[in-house]
Amino acid sequence: MKLLTHNLLSSHVRGLRPGGGFPLQIQASEVRVRPVPFNAAFVARLVPRLRWAALLEAAESLGHPSELPPEPAADYEGDESFLRRVHHILLEVEVLEGVLQCPDSGRRFPISRGIPNMLLSEEEA
Amino acid sequence: MSERAVELLGLPEDRPCLLLDVGCGSGLSGDYISNEGHYWIGMDISPAMLDVAVEREVEGDLLLADVGHGIPFRPGMFDGCISISAVQWLCNADKKSHSPPKRLYQFFSTLYTALARGSRAVLQLYPENAEQVELITAQAMRAGFTGGMVVDYPNSTKAKKFFLCLFVGASGTLPKGLGTECADGEEIRQAKFTNERTRFRNAKGKSVKKSRDWILEKKERRRRQGKEVRADTKYTGRKRRPRF
Repeated sequence: MKLLTHNLLSSHVRGLRPGGGFPLQIQASEVRVRPVPFNAAFVARLVPRLRWAALLEAAESLGHPSELPPEPAADYEGDESFLRRVHHILLEVEVLEGVLQCPDSGRRFPISRGIPNMLLSEEEA
Repeated sequence: MSERAVELLGLPEDRPCLLLDVGCGSGLSGDYISNEGHYWIGMDISPAMLDVAVEREVEGDLLLADVGHGIPFRPGMFDGCISISAVQWLCNADKKSHSPPKRLYQFFSTLYTALARGSRAVLQLYPENAEQVELITAQAMRAGFTGGMVVDYPNSTKAKKFFLCLFVGASGTLPKGLGTECADGEEIRQAKFTNERTRFRNAKGKSVKKSRDWILEKKERRRRQGKEVRADTKYTGRKRRPRF
């Protein structure tokens, strides 16, 4: 699971308050870094969609403290080194084994072989 | 099919987009999306298929999930959605507690939320019958989508493909299905009016008598016989004024 997916992913257990399923807390036991070709335009377009605080927290919890600023600078689109660091954190760091925990309901979603298991039981859906 | 689905998505050129692949399976459609320069996140209910995708080292990120329970993402995150041959499975009630219309509605309403304004979802499916088409389309419209079914090659049993094209927000015109122009053997229901002069040949392959073609051929024949023949001009075989 890449950190990009984690930043977009929200728990969909029934009965949560709006926005209550995000961000999922990561407890990772195996992390890997896999190089991905860099595309500045794509990363620049992603930045406004991200929840920055959640991204920084996720990177910390994986033991990959990013050298990213607390907020993206106003002119981030032209700053290639910044975009490269964002690209590395979003697309190159992958969680292979671990658990995702929903902040409101406490429901745990295991990650196995890099794939989070988001299957719900019938009562939860 | 993935090629046609991405074509129907109408994504802006030269801009890498973030797409959702519903029912990504072993990542075949995902590979096509990656080759087009886009990024994707795939969902599938089968762990076995996803394991194959992992082994094939697909570039997209994978999720094990049941889309009938919803699309678990924050609002407005995706630039588009494709699905190849997956949505019809939502019509099956695999468990006693499943209600297909409810699952379809849950899928479409959460998909609608997860897509950005102005984006599209193109879902290729194999409906069992017309009622399924009705059911699926009705739930999609209820969820807020506009659009409809695009059918490629409607007259061929083998090549016929259904693409449910759904628009979020701005409603565009529905793309035309392939093979919907008059195919060979199909009845022409309307009279065709053209300004062209039609040149006919009769059953023996000879030109119709007295037409311009016939006149030109006759003159050729006579030239070959060595007879004196007037030159061919723009006036040859032209209709004369009635008084002539």
